Amino acid sequence: MATSSERSPPPFPDSEDQDVLDTEEVRGRDSDEDEDLFGSPSTSPVTGMDTTLTSDVSMKPPSDIMNDPLIEPMSSQTENKPASEPSDDFFDLTNNVSVVAAAATKSDDFVDILGSETGAQRGEVVKADVTVEATIDKSEVTAGITDPLSQQEAKQTSTAPVIDLSGDSQPVTSKIANPLVDLFSDAPPAAEAKKPSSANVDLFDDEEGSDIFAEPLQTKPAKQLQKSLFGEPDEDVFGEPLGAISKKPVPKEQKEKSVTTKVTAGGPLQDSKPANIFSQAAASTPSVTSTVNSKSNGVHSEEEGDIFAEATVELSLDSPRNERKKEAIAKPSAPTPTSLPAAASLTKPQPPALEELEEEEEEEEEDKFDIFVSVKDPEKIGDGMNAYMAYKVSTQTTLPMFRNKTFTVRRRFSDFLGLYEKLSEKHGPNGFIVPPPPEKSLLGMTKVKVGKEDSSSTDFVERRRGALERYLQRVVNHPSLLQDPDVREFLEREELPRAVSTQALSGAGFLKMINKATDAVSKMTIKMNESDVWFEEKLQEVESADQQFRKLHALVESLVVHRKELSLNTASFAKSAAMLGSAEDNTALSRALSQLAEVEDKMEQLHQEQAANDTFTFAEMIADYIRLLGAVRGSFDHRMKAWQRWQDAQSMLQKKRETEAKLLWANKPDKLQLAKEEIAEWEAKVTQYERDFERVSATVRKEVIRFEREKTKNCKRQIIKYLECLLQSQQQLIKYWEAFLPEAKAIA
Amino acid sequence: MMEEVKEAASVLSVHDDSIKVTEVLKDGDTLTFIIVSQKLSGTGEYHVDRTYEDFEWLQQHLFSQEDVPGIQGVIFPPLPAKPQVNASSRSIKQLGFLALGECQPYCKALETFLQQVAAHSILSKNKAVEVFLTSSDPPGRQKVKKNIFNRLSQAVEEMRKEGHKDVDEFFQNERDHNLVLTGCTKTAAEKFLDVVATEQKIAVACGHFSTALHLCVEPGEDPDKQAFSRVCVKLSEVFESIKKNMTSVAENNVNTLGLGLDLESRYQEAEREMLFRRTCKLVELENARRNTEKAKPVKKAAMEEVKKAAETEFEHISGVAKQEIERFQGARVEMLQQALVSWCEKQLLTAKESADQFNQHLEVFRGMA
Repeated sequence: MATSSERSPPPFPDSEDQDVLDTEEVRGRDSDEDEDLFGSPSTSPVTGMDTTLTSDVSMKPPSDIMNDPLIEPMSSQTENKPASEPSDDFFDLTNNVSVVAAAATKSDDFVDILGSETGAQRGEVVKADVTVEATIDKSEVTAGITDPLSQQEAKQTSTAPVIDLSGDSQPVTSKIANPLVDLFSDAPPAAEAKKPSSANVDLFDDEEGSDIFAEPLQTKPAKQLQKSLFGEPDEDVFGEPLGAISKKPVPKEQKEKSVTTKVTAGGPLQDSKPANIFSQAAASTPSVTSTVNSKSNGVHSEEEGDIFAEATVELSLDSPRNERKKEAIAKPSAPTPTSLPAAASLTKPQPPALEELEEEEEEEEEDKFDIFVSVKDPEKIGDGMNAYMAYKVSTQTTLPMFRNKTFTVRRRFSDFLGLYEKLSEKHGPNGFIVPPPPEKSLLGMTKVKVGKEDSSSTDFVERRRGALERYLQRVVNHPSLLQDPDVREFLEREELPRAVSTQALSGAGFLKMINKATDAVSKMTIKMNESDVWFEEKLQEVESADQQFRKLHALVESLVVHRKELSLNTASFAKSAAMLGSAEDNTALSRALSQLAEVEDKMEQLHQEQAANDTFTFAEMIADYIRLLGAVRGSFDHRMKAWQRWQDAQSMLQKKRETEAKLLWANKPDKLQLAKEEIAEWEAKVTQYERDFERVSATVRKEVIRFEREKTKNCKRQIIKYLECLLQSQQQLIKYWEAFLPEAKAIA
Repeated sequence: MMEEVKEAASVLSVHDDSIKVTEVLKDGDTLTFIIVSQKLSGTGEYHVDRTYEDFEWLQQHLFSQEDVPGIQGVIFPPLPAKPQVNASSRSIKQLGFLALGECQPYCKALETFLQQVAAHSILSKNKAVEVFLTSSDPPGRQKVKKNIFNRLSQAVEEMRKEGHKDVDEFFQNERDHNLVLTGCTKTAAEKFLDVVATEQKIAVACGHFSTALHLCVEPGEDPDKQAFSRVCVKLSEVFESIKKNMTSVAENNVNTLGLGLDLESRYQEAEREMLFRRTCKLVELENARRNTEKAKPVKKAAMEEVKKAAETEFEHISGVAKQEIERFQGARVEMLQQALVSWCEKQLLTAKESADQFNQHLEVFRGMA
């Protein structure tokens, strides 16, 4: 066993030797290694399984696919299948990709690649679908034929039609297959590598777009055949070579390996890693097209093409299972799921941009966005209890993403809440800290509605206006949120569909929500054996910061109350001083007292301004931070949820494996197959959820750091503003006193 | 004339403006004030310790100098109300400004009282003043007795006689004016007291905020965290200086205009009492006159006696009262002016200092990268 595994690797290095010829091939190798890197983890489940040879075949393709970022969406599609998703044809896949992207899972990777490709590439995908469709048809047929056979056999046969489809190279592959049957000799793979490529060259002449897919189609089946062949003698044989391959080639590859280990370990370095991998994937994709164009390197493109090919194989594997759903498959894109396209079209453009931006942000954290939002002119619209406040939202920007430099729209309060709901729904689960708007205030708003024009209601409106402005500014200052179409729509579009069910965010409800999040977090913290000390510490910091900010807020509020009281008292003192002055007989004294009354009146104004200053710079800032800390905790909560999901999936997988072992013991092959499929499915889920969790963790970490930096900056800015006001009022005070002093001295 | 004679007989052995209440000792519920005054004869000081009861004793003695003609026309320097160690809210309200701070305002008020007494041309001649200021033994505390100036009885009679029409236009005017001024001054002092109280509350709130900010300081090497901690500490300092500013503003208010308004208000009260005493005498005199007219020949002579005595006394009182009122008007304007000027100057100084400090803080924040 060991010997065969050691001997088999050379084919790949051989083909790589050829690669070295070209500069692009270096990149190509990256992609090669990329694949290896994903391949290597797959060995562990395989060896871990260690059951029969049949399990190998059914197991491996999915796991391979899972580990491949490009094919991941398909895997999620396969997940959908058991969940009675009727329209499981390949045409849907392209749609599903974006849907999955909207669901904001790992599939971003895939979208990233799509995004980095040109529209031509997209067209290719469509073309590929056509071929794939054909494949399906074929496989269906074969499946129908091989009905009595076991499913695994059906798969094997189904690959054959695929090869048929690709026509040209079929003899080639069969040729390859033969040597392979001769037991993994060193040379054949090299030949295999060369020959399909020559076939490819032919194909490329005709049509570039379909080539890419056609070529993988033919090579992949070859590989698939290879797999099945490997699989038959011993499942370990195939498992180990893969692992060996991933180990052997060049030092660069080892670096990649270390990356993979880190990824699985969920270490702190994680942020940069996924990006690294994606960028490699992205880089390799153009290289595919380039090689196709130059027709120079078929081997390389073959390596790359595997990714697509594997997808095809995956489908052909699935198709027998989905025999019942043939009708649905037959209809290409007609049965596009009812609600999905809309959502897909909405969110499709966003994730790639988001991903790009994230990378951009990594490069320069201090990126200053040239966009300023102001909320002005609060206006009561309507009467009675149906009245609401509308605000003018003006944007000033030089960003090219907006059509104009300045624009103004009118928004009502619930629109702001609606925006928040949309944003938190979309970005919250990814670990982003979505700035929360001010909560609904039943009391404050009722006062406004009733139309009492007293100081408290104007104070309320002004406070809210300020809070809304800061909220929007925070949103647009967030590099990822600014890219959200909803944000742009909010800022730009003239009419906005009425936001519904914002009631949930009303005062108490909002608090409840935050408390719920806190409860959930604290509960989960007990369960969660936190692997990352950083998060543990941060969570505690956030909790204590929350406490402190609440305390500070209470203190500032009481300070504001006192300031207001002072202004009132000063006013009444001014009044009584005026009365005293008028009652005074001594003219000079009387005059001085009247002057004193005037000075005190002015001082009352100053005190009032100071109270406003205290309110708007400190109390409101602190209130903002209390809200924001709630959002931070929410992001921690989302991370916990991702973790929980991962853990659940793991325990589920464990259960499935136990069932399988039991079935194996009981010797029930029919049920065993089902169990194996389920295991594969759950393994895929575990891997995906783990990566989900790691990604969310990375985002949360980045967001928290960003939040803290912003906090300091913002505090400083506010304090400077505050001090300037304070100084100004003090200087005003000096002026008043200086003006009064001669008056006092003039009394004789 | 008479005054001159008396002046020669008994002169206070201390400088009236050197009298100082330097210290207050707290022993249980009783407060003991140390009074220091410079000897007129040359160098050396008198140090005596007096309780509030001693002050009351002195005032009673001054009230009850029945041998001095026209004593009832004197506007007696007002003695502040009895201080409370464990002051209830009511007594605080009664004391007004004097209840604020650590007894300094109260000492200041007592000091003013003593100085006024010592400077008073009639009152300073009383033996009790000399005894009070120089005798190392405390004056007899048990001697306090009720007399015609008892405030309670006064309050009852007040209702009846306050509105009595005066025969002299000057006094009538003065009474009307005094009535208005007393009310106004009292309100103004109360309002000003509110202002000061709020300022003190603000100072306390700033102090709390400043302390709470110190708790926000997070330990750790993280530069972001350190930056935030620095901001917190600095802001805490800012609020500390806002607190100081507010505290000194409040102190200035109390020590200048606050005390001035308080004294003014109490003096107006004293003037009113004096005018009331004179009105009482007037009523008495008018009654005597009526009695004399109606009296039967047998009693006429006796009635005439009484009427004469009342007339003389009333004239004395009116004479003294006129002098006192004139003196008082001058003194109070001067006092108020001084209060206003020093108030203004102090506040100006504080404002400038605070502005300087705020400016420094601002520079520090701007300098923080």
